[in-house]
Amino acid sequence: MTDVSPSVAALRAKFGSAIARHMVSCGDTIVYVSAARCHDVLAWLKDDPGQRFDYLTDITAVEYRDPERPLEVVWQLWSIDRKATLRVKVELDKAAALAVDSVFDLWKGADWLEREVYDMFGVTFNGHPDLRRILMWETYAEGYPLRKDFPLRGHFSRAEQTRQALAANPESHYSLEELSIAAAYDELPADVRERLAHGERGGVK
Amino acid sequence: MGLTESEGGAGTEVSTMSPNWVTTRLDFLTNWARANSLWPMPFGTACCAIEFMASAASRFDLSRFGMERMSFSPRQADVLICAGRLPFKLAPVIRKIWDQMPQPKWAISMGACASSGGIFDTYTMVQGIDTIIPVDVYVPGCPPRPEGLIYGIMLLQKKIKGESITDDALRQEHLVGPDGLFLPARKIDEVSEPFGNSVHQTRSA
Amino acid sequence: MSTRTVEVSLSTPGLDAQGNTTTVPLGIKLPEYHAAQDDLGGEHMLINLGPQHPATHGVLRLVIELDGETVIRVVPHIGYLHSGFEKLGEYRHYNQIIPLTDRTDYLAPMANNVCLALAAEKLMGIETTERCQVLRVIACEISRIIAHLVWLGTTGIDLGAYTPFLWCFYQREVLYNLQEAWTGARLTTSMTRVGGLMADIPDGWEAGLADFCRTFPRTLQEVDTMFTRNAIWCGRTQGVGAMSAADAINYSLSGPMIRASGVAYDVRKDRPYLGYETYDFDVPVGEYGDIYDRYRVRMEEMSQSVRILEQAGERLARLKGAPINVDDPRVILPPKSRAMSDMEAMIFHFKQVMEGVKAPVGEAYMGVENPKGELGYYFVSDGTAKPVRWRIRPPSFINLACLPKLCEGVLLSDVIAINASVDIVMGEIDR
Repeated sequence: MTDVSPSVAALRAKFGSAIARHMVSCGDTIVYVSAARCHDVLAWLKDDPGQRFDYLTDITAVEYRDPERPLEVVWQLWSIDRKATLRVKVELDKAAALAVDSVFDLWKGADWLEREVYDMFGVTFNGHPDLRRILMWETYAEGYPLRKDFPLRGHFSRAEQTRQALAANPESHYSLEELSIAAAYDELPADVRERLAHGERGGVK
Repeated sequence: MGLTESEGGAGTEVSTMSPNWVTTRLDFLTNWARANSLWPMPFGTACCAIEFMASAASRFDLSRFGMERMSFSPRQADVLICAGRLPFKLAPVIRKIWDQMPQPKWAISMGACASSGGIFDTYTMVQGIDTIIPVDVYVPGCPPRPEGLIYGIMLLQKKIKGESITDDALRQEHLVGPDGLFLPARKIDEVSEPFGNSVHQTRSA
Repeated sequence: MSTRTVEVSLSTPGLDAQGNTTTVPLGIKLPEYHAAQDDLGGEHMLINLGPQHPATHGVLRLVIELDGETVIRVVPHIGYLHSGFEKLGEYRHYNQIIPLTDRTDYLAPMANNVCLALAAEKLMGIETTERCQVLRVIACEISRIIAHLVWLGTTGIDLGAYTPFLWCFYQREVLYNLQEAWTGARLTTSMTRVGGLMADIPDGWEAGLADFCRTFPRTLQEVDTMFTRNAIWCGRTQGVGAMSAADAINYSLSGPMIRASGVAYDVRKDRPYLGYETYDFDVPVGEYGDIYDRYRVRMEEMSQSVRILEQAGERLARLKGAPINVDDPRVILPPKSRAMSDMEAMIFHFKQVMEGVKAPVGEAYMGVENPKGELGYYFVSDGTAKPVRWRIRPPSFINLACLPKLCEGVLLSDVIAINASVDIVMGEIDR
């Protein structure tokens, strides 16, 4: 099935120039939208009675080996009633700050998916309630692992990685979310709160 | 044990108590008791944990070895069986669990990933838990068959039966050093060196 | 913080007009957080469950805020098994990624192998043979059964029932024998290749499968007798951890988690692959979305899997001697005997092993119905033999994200039961 999804025409009719281009690859339709309007586009795709993409299958990002190509953030959508798929992409210029709007307000499933993209690629999701690392420990200092400039074995030597890992000890400190629910947090002095926000190694990237 | 370098010079320090007929009889009794009632601390992380569960189930039956009482509290455990890969985020956890285990204690590294990092020569993976804790028996396999694990346990039993209460060095705690590492940094780097085609699978060397 | 009333749902499940589980407010008023006016009132506890814990089903850390026995909030922490699979995939040829897939969802390895082969074949535009598809269906359904058996056994242990664990694992051993006879490995099977399979089934294998299909329903019946109308089991699972259908869709749940909540979404029916549309099977859908419904859904899925296996076994008999690999020497390795004697075959062998099979420029997402939910592999290719991006859409990762929602206001022991019912496998969550 190499037909273009009818959603593309509907999107172009509704959003015009915000829809950059589309393509079909291996039977799937992919729509490229502008970063500024992507939240509106995704909200419309979810709520419009003709589209009803109520199920967010996946959010991820792709960085190509060619350094000229921008980094893409990918949303994979599915409509349970219409049994239709659509892939929406936003291209982010790697020279600028990597940021895009969060869709947590549309789909609760976006919570951890966006945190993972942040952890692995360093893309900030504006409006996400709790954007912190999820797979690596919160004070992980080596960078964003799935970027192409990040080597497979990491930047640091194995001994240094071991040392940082043994010192990080995630269990001995609670995240801001957990501490905020403890009343003691309000009574902590400002510098302690600052230190908690930044983690033990001095910088939460 | 394992890759530990004993502090204060080469060789094991034998205690001042000299072995005699009484101590050898006591040794026999103590070692027999210890070897045949090893309570495992199943530090199961990944696929090897499933084979470990299969070993404990009815077909392979660890109960024959006195090991059916899985002690998930390290305070009551004799042998830590690290079944599965150990990422750096989990390194302080296994270190803490190991430290919490009282003497006499042993460690079995089950599987290729626990023994050497296995197929995961990546930024996240500890290249062998012996860089974090001292290991007595390494059981290779991916995952090792339950028979393989049982063979490893029998090797550990043989090792225990060769121990002596007059040997203080056996029950010595090997803690994380002041530099934050269990082994010297150069040793960690040396054992973690990629060899063969662990990174690029299409080139040998 | 102001006073708040804790509502605890009793074990009489029902759904109101909005699709929420009906609760009976017990009217317990919690004192203000800062003031400990009441002797019994006081601070909330933050306790840590895991990452090393018998009941977390892997290395999962839960930080639980407790008011006495009542859970106010649960914060899951994952990443303790993060191994860098997706990064590793970028350094491997497509066939070399297949052994990696065994280790993500290690409870259902053959199903992951199949998904990867399907994703790579979708990317490369390869259509596999009929016998290959039947064998892959058999592999997927066997994986479904062994994964659900682990779930059943370990959930039983979590809730205090040890014996069914032994029964379930014995049945897994029967299937492990079959897996081992076919692929050489009990757990890390790596049984597919792009364009086909690593090997055909050995002689007598169909008889072993038919034997299993004949005897396994009895074990299911025994476990059913143990649990389904057991007062303790029902008391601990009915009405606990319920999820409405709308929430289940919004949280992107999949697999038995979403079907127990009443949403009939099964990838085998909605986006059929491997010829699933030609098999006669039903998909169980629950009603209340609580732990009990998830249990019933998974039990019934195992029965349906046996049904599919019987049909697939009949087709295998009809397709005896048919090829399992596509007839494309650029994709499938030639038989060793020919590779050593025929020059062209040797060149094909050399190119595939040394350079890998190049995929065309493009991308493909392939979703399959894994035991845990919808497993998706997303490949992006730049025309080389190694993918630019290999994304695993992990069902357990997305299912686990709803744990905080499910655990609001329950008792501490319910957290264990709810966590068990989500049916997670950390290898897939953390990758």
